[in-house]
Amino acid sequence: MANLHTTFAGISSPNPFWLASAPPTDKAYNVNRAFEAGWGGVVWKTLGEAGPPVVNVNGPRYGALLTPDRRLLGFNNIELITDRDLELNLKEITEVKRNWPDRAMVVSLMVPCQEESWKAILARLVDTGADGIELNFGCPHGMSERGMGAAVGQVPEYIQMVTEWCKLYSKLPVIVKLTPNITDVRLPARAAKKGGADAVSLINTINSIMGVDPYTLTMSPNTGGKGSHGGYCGPAVKPIALNMVAEIARDPQTAGLPISGIGGIGNWRDAVDFIALGAANVQVCTAAMVYGFKIVQEMNDGLSNYMDEMGFASVSDIVGKALPTVTNWQYLNLNVISKAVINQDSCIQCGRCHIACEDTSHQAIMNMKDGKRHFEVMEDECVGCNLCAVVCPVPECITLRDLAPGEKDLRTGRVVSDKYANWTTHANNPMRTADPA
Amino acid sequence: MSTAYQPDIRPGRLGAADYAEAFADASPRLTRSQALLEAERCLYCYDAPCATACPTSIDVPSFIKRIADDNLRGSARTILESNPLGGMCARVCPTENLCEAVCVRATQEGMPVAIGRLQRYAVDALMESDQPQLFTREAATGKKIAVIGAGPAGLACAYTLARKGHDVAVFDAKPKAGGLNEYGLASYKTPNNFAQAELQWLLGLGGITIQNNWKLETAAQLDALRKDYDAVFLGLGLATTHQLHVPGETLNGVEDAVEFIATLRQTKDLSSLPVGRRVVVIGGGMTAVDAAVQSKLLGAKVVHMVYRRGMEAMSASRAEQEWAQTNGVVLHQWLAPVDILGRDGHVTGVRFADQAMVDGKLQPTGREITFEADTVLKAIGQRLGNPVLTAAGFVLDGGRIATDAEGATNLRGVWAGGDCRACGLDLTVEAVEHGKQSAHAIHAYLSRA
Repeated sequence: MANLHTTFAGISSPNPFWLASAPPTDKAYNVNRAFEAGWGGVVWKTLGEAGPPVVNVNGPRYGALLTPDRRLLGFNNIELITDRDLELNLKEITEVKRNWPDRAMVVSLMVPCQEESWKAILARLVDTGADGIELNFGCPHGMSERGMGAAVGQVPEYIQMVTEWCKLYSKLPVIVKLTPNITDVRLPARAAKKGGADAVSLINTINSIMGVDPYTLTMSPNTGGKGSHGGYCGPAVKPIALNMVAEIARDPQTAGLPISGIGGIGNWRDAVDFIALGAANVQVCTAAMVYGFKIVQEMNDGLSNYMDEMGFASVSDIVGKALPTVTNWQYLNLNVISKAVINQDSCIQCGRCHIACEDTSHQAIMNMKDGKRHFEVMEDECVGCNLCAVVCPVPECITLRDLAPGEKDLRTGRVVSDKYANWTTHANNPMRTADPA
Repeated sequence: MSTAYQPDIRPGRLGAADYAEAFADASPRLTRSQALLEAERCLYCYDAPCATACPTSIDVPSFIKRIADDNLRGSARTILESNPLGGMCARVCPTENLCEAVCVRATQEGMPVAIGRLQRYAVDALMESDQPQLFTREAATGKKIAVIGAGPAGLACAYTLARKGHDVAVFDAKPKAGGLNEYGLASYKTPNNFAQAELQWLLGLGGITIQNNWKLETAAQLDALRKDYDAVFLGLGLATTHQLHVPGETLNGVEDAVEFIATLRQTKDLSSLPVGRRVVVIGGGMTAVDAAVQSKLLGAKVVHMVYRRGMEAMSASRAEQEWAQTNGVVLHQWLAPVDILGRDGHVTGVRFADQAMVDGKLQPTGREITFEADTVLKAIGQRLGNPVLTAAGFVLDGGRIATDAEGATNLRGVWAGGDCRACGLDLTVEAVEHGKQSAHAIHAYLSRA
């Protein structure tokens, strides 16, 4: 069994799977159960200022995008930060950390954008034994209208300012949780780093409306006939999160800043996606809310077997391993020529590849040969776009084959070159250069 | 003094409460969750093989997609547009030989999409909805068409013509319309009086009248119809059953399976229906299976279904054969009846000769076997056998009415379809297609006229 122990921003945990700040981590009862199940750490659900806690709606807080067999693809919530008393939370955090010294205990915080407020709340954490704090600059609903959460996360200057206050008034590692509801995630990440953040975590949830009941023409879910946008998460958001993680990981200005990956992680493979693109650990919420805490056991086991199989001694060996394969479009090698290949032995003759290509792509798949139903790629039309492979219901039935250098591309009639050449040198590029950038 | 032989034939072999369960829906309607999941398995194939395999060319992927989209009315419309008897066909089609046989999911996963059951789901939903009618009639043409036979072919023809704005008079020999749907199918395939419910839905369109207990007995009747109507469609079915031509065929207790099934279908209280303790069914088609299984369900102790060739030659599909076996019918192959044994005028058993295929010909091997029987049901096929047709001048082919591809007979203005039409498959769904095709041909003919 591989060693899954990780140290993230100086915080030690027995495995890279933390529960994200959310309902699963809002009280001792849940967190104790999570640790019993094997979670490496938790980010305690966001604490607010002392005084009367916030109030949640009493109608539905969650909505979902489901498959026909009701597997959850996407998840939406309008929960606020903790609606429990600050003193009670602090007491429970202290007790739980004392009982689980080997687990990571990070506390999520969100108070008004004033130095005194942050100073006050940070002072309260000193005696809890918490390992770190996460600044909730991401919550997209409810709190943002009050100038907190995403309202801060969307202004890099505020991020830097609050981060600086936290570093000033606390010795704990500071993780800045970023909102995806911005145009370029690198800017808030840079601001966090400038402010002295020890790490960033992302993504928080995405602004979303789940749908409309077609018979009442009312948005859903709703409370008493009205709904408000919520935060979207779950498997559907993973590709968005992965891109943002990779953007930050390969930005020279934030290079080396630890990243906690969040967004649609439901199994070890999802975790490997994030880690290989630069995350040093991951946080999970939706999967736990769907399946319960036990799911961390399958995650740990899967990751461990994968690491053994690949010969990785520690999780840190995987961090960023795929990053060198991520580049910008203009650097893609235009001399790589791919053609789709249909494996006739595994083809079930549904014809989806044909109609997809015929109607919406390059008319490169025939539907008949010698008068019989038959689907085959016509290489003189195929541009290697991969659409057929995507719509094929049979795994591995349609694959892309890269033509070997020296082979003729039947579509263009040109012989495939073994030289690397990208858009920066292409004849059609008015700003082309002599040598590939 | 010897007492006369008493065969063990009696009603009420089951407890009174057990009949309903025994004759319950053989393949119950899918639940909503089942239907949505099954619909999701459909790959929405290009030029879908299932649609090509359907004799009525139902756009299967489209109706299934509409189920998945929660558009059951649209789904039913897709089905019924191609096949107005889509509800019955969903129940009785040998889908395992048609649409489901070519489903690519069978290739991929060894299990086709349950097309028939999805079709039933959509049509049932429509028929039970507040507004079950989908189609309206085109402007009245003033043309009148006579349809003889209110079975699947006749009804499909009548419905299609009525939609085109023609008025259709349907004449049928039986007290109730529906043909084999009403009299010829096992009751567990069409429980809850579905045949009549479907008939009412068809008639709900308007423009169709039905005259029951009308028998085609003279050529003059046909002449009169040809005079009084602008066109005639014959959907006569096959009214005469084949005989075994072996000794003992007239003994008491030897019956036509067709009659047995018809009686069963028309019996309200199945506990009043007598059934033998030991039943031998002779034949290898769907009628044989329906008769054998229903005998077993009525409480027969032993039911032998005996066929003179191998299983693969049976016209009952593999699924039908398995259905019979699951219900406790013993299937025998390669046995041909030699004579029906009797005592005191009543059947006691059937002696069969073992058969083998020698040089492509079925020949007895010399071995024999006898099964005891209180009842023998003959299910070796039906034929047209109506002398009026020859008298009226129809060209016959293999004893059935010869037609062109659209069902036109050699008599001007007369079309034929369904089992009475030569060179068919004897399937409900094919009869529907015949009726539909001929209706289009009649419409074109009347539009020209």
